[in-house]
Amino acid sequence: MRLAQHMSVASDRVRSTVIEATEFPELSRAYHVMGVPKVVINDRVQFEGAVPEAEFLGAVLKAVEAA
Amino acid sequence: MAILNDRDRSAVQQELAKLTGPVKLVVFSQELIAGDLCRQNEALVREVAELSDAITVEVLNPAIDRERAAAYGVDQVPAIVVEGARDWGIRFYGIPMGYEFSNLIDAIIVASTGEPALSEATKASLQTLAADVEIKVFSTPT
Repeated sequence: MRLAQHMSVASDRVRSTVIEATEFPELSRAYHVMGVPKVVINDRVQFEGAVPEAEFLGAVLKAVEAA
Repeated sequence: MAILNDRDRSAVQQELAKLTGPVKLVVFSQELIAGDLCRQNEALVREVAELSDAITVEVLNPAIDRERAAAYGVDQVPAIVVEGARDWGIRFYGIPMGYEFSNLIDAIIVASTGEPALSEATKASLQTLAADVEIKVFSTPT
């Protein structure tokens, strides 16, 4: 999921962590990871699977609005 | 034993020719928590760093280097922070093998160039963020 990393570089506000799901089963359980890639933004907005850039950005904006 | 084979090394070296500035890979390892995984992670990072003069490696132990770990916001091992001219906020938890390995190489390149491959509209929108954003991407090697 390269978009997250590129967004980190594009904005000081954005931090991204790629988590190897099988090495961190507790984290995966806590975030109900059933399939990968699974993206969780600010613990509020989440989706599974690769999405286009505009859709990813929409999820980021939604997560911030929800704050 | 090497993790990357000759073909991998050659392909990675070609990719790393795109680096325009220094990159530091800060590795977090803790023998008592996940010794095998941390050793493998460290070995992989060192093999990648050997392929470019622009890449340096620093290994920290979160139990000892507590302040550094807290400053990076790293609370798991093995972990990698990919830093360019500054800390962009790119982290990996777990060994980035398989599919994630290409993500690591891509992260190294974008951290080095500081030029994200995003549309102008996306970049402009991200500049207006009013709050911090923490993106977790759960992935697997295959």
